[in-house]
Amino acid sequence: MNVSPMRVYFDYNATSPLAEDVTDAVVRATRDVFGNASSVHHFGQQAKATMDAARSAVATLLNADLSEIVFTSGGTESDNFAIRGAAEALEPTGRRHLIASAIEHEAVLNTLKALARRGWRTTLLSVDQSGIVSPDRLRDAIGTDTAVVSVMQANNEIGTIQPIAALAAIAHEHGALMHTDAVQSAGKIPVDVRALGVDLLSMSAHKFNGPKGAGVLWIKRGTRMQPVLTGGKHERNRRAGTENVPAIAGLGVAARLAAGKLSVEAPRVAALRDRLEAGILRAVPGTAVNGAPESRVPNTTNISFERVEAESLLIALDLEGVAVSTGSACSSGTLEPSHVLRAMGLAAHRTQSSLRFSLGMFSTEEEVDRVIEVLPRLVEKLRGLTRKTVPA
Amino acid sequence: MSGGVDSSVAAALLAEQGHDVIGLSMQLYDQSEGHTSFGSCCSIDDLHDARRVAAAIHIPHYILNFEKQFDQQVISNFVQEYVAGRTPLPCARCNSDLKFATLADRARGLGADAVATGHYARVERAEASGRYLLKRGVDSGKDQSYFLFSLTQEQLASALFPVGDRPKETVRDYARRRRLPVANKPDSQEICFIPGHDYRSFVTRRAPEAARVGVFVDEHGDVLGTHEGIHRFTVGQRKGLGLASPTGTPMYVLALRAADQQVIVGPKSSLERTTLTASDVNWILAEPNQPLRAAAQIRHRHKAAPAAVRSLGDGRAEVVFDAPQTAITPGQAVVFYDGDTVVGGGWID
Repeated sequence: MNVSPMRVYFDYNATSPLAEDVTDAVVRATRDVFGNASSVHHFGQQAKATMDAARSAVATLLNADLSEIVFTSGGTESDNFAIRGAAEALEPTGRRHLIASAIEHEAVLNTLKALARRGWRTTLLSVDQSGIVSPDRLRDAIGTDTAVVSVMQANNEIGTIQPIAALAAIAHEHGALMHTDAVQSAGKIPVDVRALGVDLLSMSAHKFNGPKGAGVLWIKRGTRMQPVLTGGKHERNRRAGTENVPAIAGLGVAARLAAGKLSVEAPRVAALRDRLEAGILRAVPGTAVNGAPESRVPNTTNISFERVEAESLLIALDLEGVAVSTGSACSSGTLEPSHVLRAMGLAAHRTQSSLRFSLGMFSTEEEVDRVIEVLPRLVEKLRGLTRKTVPA
Repeated sequence: MSGGVDSSVAAALLAEQGHDVIGLSMQLYDQSEGHTSFGSCCSIDDLHDARRVAAAIHIPHYILNFEKQFDQQVISNFVQEYVAGRTPLPCARCNSDLKFATLADRARGLGADAVATGHYARVERAEASGRYLLKRGVDSGKDQSYFLFSLTQEQLASALFPVGDRPKETVRDYARRRRLPVANKPDSQEICFIPGHDYRSFVTRRAPEAARVGVFVDEHGDVLGTHEGIHRFTVGQRKGLGLASPTGTPMYVLALRAADQQVIVGPKSSLERTTLTASDVNWILAEPNQPLRAAAQIRHRHKAAPAAVRSLGDGRAEVVFDAPQTAITPGQAVVFYDGDTVVGGGWID
């Protein structure tokens, strides 16, 4: 085995390590708060109180009302719930059209595909070269039968931030609901549901130092929704199933921590990201940044390495103790060309040579410098392989 | 690492010997849309098995996406060969054009000095000539050198076959002793990308033009019936012809004529041939400038038979067997052996 002096984790957009206070909260709730939050007795009340604290923290982070927060199992469930729940509620009104951007997470894209198989008309909005959805595109696509518009606030692969408020205004002009997947933005940039003007917003705890298995769908008060999980009367009849109290406790602490230090942490991480990006562009010839440098979350950069198979570079980096990622991984864990970079119109060779570096709470300057140090050698080695690979 | 017992043991042996081992598996077709109908060696369960083995022996493991390369370098050739009336040997193509080519390049890019697989074969370096020799695996029942004949000297130089010098049973015993999760997994038998051995519908899915009606003719040119495409047949085939023999003797496929979609049939005795020619011959020992005596093997399960092998130049060779051989099949490989050592081999014309 390669013995690395240090392991660098730059894959926070995949998942992030738990903040210490979060771990404590999860452990404490697991050990001490075993009650069912639906129970009338002391133990149930204890669990309910734990969830209430978490709900308040999330409401503060999002500038939302307590009653609008529905706990889910994570981002994927929240996205499914938002789109399926709204679609089903609006179906009797004759609205049978759904719109999303072409660069959404699979949780949204495949939910649209599933609904399309059941007769829904779906439209994917194209993005420009920097990965931004223009409001004009939405204006062209939307109609009187559009039920839901779903556009992510920040993209997971390139970090680009979308003009959600402008898109929401257009959706509302046409009587459609606006959903945003804020899984990659919540906890990283200010997310204010009122300022965004959306009706539905998804987030996930583990992307900002919370535990896996906990997420939120924020549902604006008064929004007509059908539950997707049916059963007991949990979460005000909106999401059945005994609540995952320990994970929700962790989510609450993560939300509180994020809200408390966003103004300090965002610029700190941005400075590290910028140092990394500048360092790579300087140290490795044939590199370019993908996305919108002026409008993106502070922790993400996506870089193409000319004449390098991203898959190989990812593995070579891992063998050096550096964890990064390409876009999305498919079921076996292999890499496929990113649908995001393709939607941005990047040439195939560039989509296949791109790596995502995503930083976070525990990232340090030392880690950044380590990556800048090892990359040139690895890239040079991979570029030195002469045999032609099969053209795309 | 295919997820089978052989490559798993190969990796475990090397790791145990203290080598710095990286496990690589190839994803060879699209797993993302829930296609689970493809066969054994590259199904998603096998990839997960490979991952579990790697975890058990504490080596890093990665799955490389070679869908496109596999499609272009192995599957296309497989389909074209059937359409052309030949019987392909995709495992040999995969070895020389993918595993010991693209995969080996990737491995080198990761800093690897050698590429090890679970093949039952051996590589040795001849002291006198300095050439790398390919030899049969010691387990004659499992020997896979036939599928590796087209490896170049450069490819052999960095190839390792850690299980090639032991019998299959000791390989399994070792897997059990090390408690590898695949210790009791059955050997894979079929072509990995052909579900349930049904290569015919696979070919027509990929090349609908293959399903062209043609005729069976006997050795005298008399038409005996019709068939639904020559890709459905292979030289030596007896079953599934749907022909009633006029004389009552069983009928065999003698040859396939792609140009006029004819399947030539006849009695078993007409399947015997003494000579063949081969193309794209790879000489692992130096190319001979005069005929040499060798044992020539014409398919995986054929007992290599004594023959005279003569290079015709231009990558071609002629093989004259001492005794007639049954069903010499175009598209298959002919591999020349000197005892256990592969002298060379080529593709039967």
